[in-house]
Amino acid sequence: MIPIALSVTDLRKTFGQLEVLKGISLDAHQGDVISILGASGSGKSTFLRCINLLETPDSGEVRLGDEVIKMRQGRDGKAAAADRRQVDRIRSRLGMVFQSFNLWSHMTILQNVVEAPIHVLGRPKAECIAEAEELLAKVGIAEKRHQYPSHLSGGQQQRAAIARALAMRPDVMLFDEPTSALDPELVGEVLRVMRTLAAEGRTMLVVTHEIGFARDVSDRVVFLQNGLVDCDGSPADVFGSAGSDRFKTFIARHASG
Amino acid sequence: MIDLDFMSTTTAALLRGLPLTLELFGSSALTGLLLACLVSWMRSSGPLLRGLAGAYVFVFRGTPLLVQLFLVYYGLSQFPEVRHSFAWPFLRDPFWCAVLTLSMNTGAYTSEIIRGALAAVPAGQIEAARACGMPRRLLFRRIVAPIALRQGLPSYATELILMTKATSLASIVTLKETMFLAASINNQTYRAIEVFLCAGVIYLALNIVLSRAIALLEWWLSPHLRRAPDALPGLDTPLENVGPLETPRLSSSP
Repeated sequence: MIPIALSVTDLRKTFGQLEVLKGISLDAHQGDVISILGASGSGKSTFLRCINLLETPDSGEVRLGDEVIKMRQGRDGKAAAADRRQVDRIRSRLGMVFQSFNLWSHMTILQNVVEAPIHVLGRPKAECIAEAEELLAKVGIAEKRHQYPSHLSGGQQQRAAIARALAMRPDVMLFDEPTSALDPELVGEVLRVMRTLAAEGRTMLVVTHEIGFARDVSDRVVFLQNGLVDCDGSPADVFGSAGSDRFKTFIARHASG
Repeated sequence: MIDLDFMSTTTAALLRGLPLTLELFGSSALTGLLLACLVSWMRSSGPLLRGLAGAYVFVFRGTPLLVQLFLVYYGLSQFPEVRHSFAWPFLRDPFWCAVLTLSMNTGAYTSEIIRGALAAVPAGQIEAARACGMPRRLLFRRIVAPIALRQGLPSYATELILMTKATSLASIVTLKETMFLAASINNQTYRAIEVFLCAGVIYLALNIVLSRAIALLEWWLSPHLRRAPDALPGLDTPLENVGPLETPRLSSSP
C-alpha cells in the first residue's frame, strides 16, 4: 500500500460573495502525478494556493504526510493558520512553481536556487551549491547559473524556478499553470523537465491547460467545474467513457482552440 | 569684471565652511534615514502608530523647512519646560536645532520614498518566498529589503541632493557653514556674483561627488538590469573562446 503524501478534505473558499471552492477533497499518494484541469474560474489555482496557504481556506483540512495544518478561528470570524511556524515548515516541504516564475530578480539563478535551502532549511552552503549546480544541469541551464532572471527566456526562467523548488527536496510539488505564461515554442522545454520529474516518481499536483500532459504523463486527472470536482480518475477513464459531458465539452473546446 | 584672484581667495574662505556643511548633511541624512525607517515601520503597524506617522509626514512635508527651523530654534526656547528639560543643552545649540529640523524634514520625505519602494516590490516574488517557507523577518531581510533598496535608490539620491542644498538654510540660525561665510563675505565686499558663484560651485561639486557615488552604488546593486554577460565559461563553452580574456593575466603573472 503506497502511503498518502498529501490529503485535502472538504476545502472551501469564498472571495466576498463568490464561492470559489465548494468542498474539494483529494488524496495524493506518493509518486502520484495528478493533473488538475478546469475552465478559468473553476477554482483550480485557488485550490492549489489553499494547499500551501497562500490563500487561507475558509474551512477544510490539509494534511501533509502525517501533519495536519492547524487552523483556528480569527478575530474577524475568518479562518487563519494557528501556528505560523508550522505553516512555514509545511510550505518548505511543498515546492511551488508559479505561472509567472517569480524568480527573485536581484539574485543570480544559482543564488535563487540556494537561497531557501541555506536560509530556511539551514543546510551547509557548499552542499547546497553543489546540489543546485546538479539541479541546474538537470533542467538544462547550468551555463546560466551566474546570470540574472531578466537575462533568461521564459522557458529558462521556469526551468530555474523548477530547480529552485526541487532544491528544497519537497515531499510534494505544486505547479500552478507552469506553461501558461510561455510563448508556444518554449512550452515544450518546460514540459520535458516536468515529464522527467514525473518519471522519477515525484509526487506532483499540476494545474494546467496542457491536455497532452494531463493525458499522457499524469496518473490521475481531476476536472474541476464551478468549485467542485466534476470527474476524477485515471486519464484513460476520464478521457474515455467515464468522463462527464462537461469534461468532453471542455476538451473539445481546448482541442479546437 | 570677474576677478579670478578674488574668486580663488573667496573659494578658499568658503571651503572653511565645508566641514560644517558636511557635518550638518551627514548627521541629518543619517538621523533622517533612521527616522524614516522607524516611520515606515509605524506605517505598517496598528492604527494609532499609523495615524501618528501619517500626521508627521503630512506636517513636515507640507510646511517650509525655514518655518520648521525657526519654530525649533526660536520657538522651542519660549517654553520653560523645554528650557528646563534634559534636551535643553541640545536645543539651545543652533547646530543641533538645525540637525533636528533637517532630520525631521528629510525623514518625512524619505519615509515616503521607502513606502513607495516597498509597495513596488513585485507581489509574485514575495509569494515565491512565502511558498518556500520563509518566515516574515527572513523574507524581509533577504527579498523585500534588497529589492526595495534597488527601487528606492534613485529617488533617495534626489532627496540627498536636496538635503545638501537645504543645509544652507542653517546659515540663518548663525551656523558658520559655507552659505553663512558666503553671505558675510558678500556683506563686506558687495561682490555678490563672484561670492555666490563660488558658493554655488562648491555645492555643485559636492553634489557631483554625491550623485556619482550613488550612481556607482546603483550600478553595483543592479547587474540584473544590465545586458547579460556572455555565457560564462562552462562545460559547454569551448575553451579557445575564452583565450583573449586570459592572455593579459597570464603574461603579467610572475
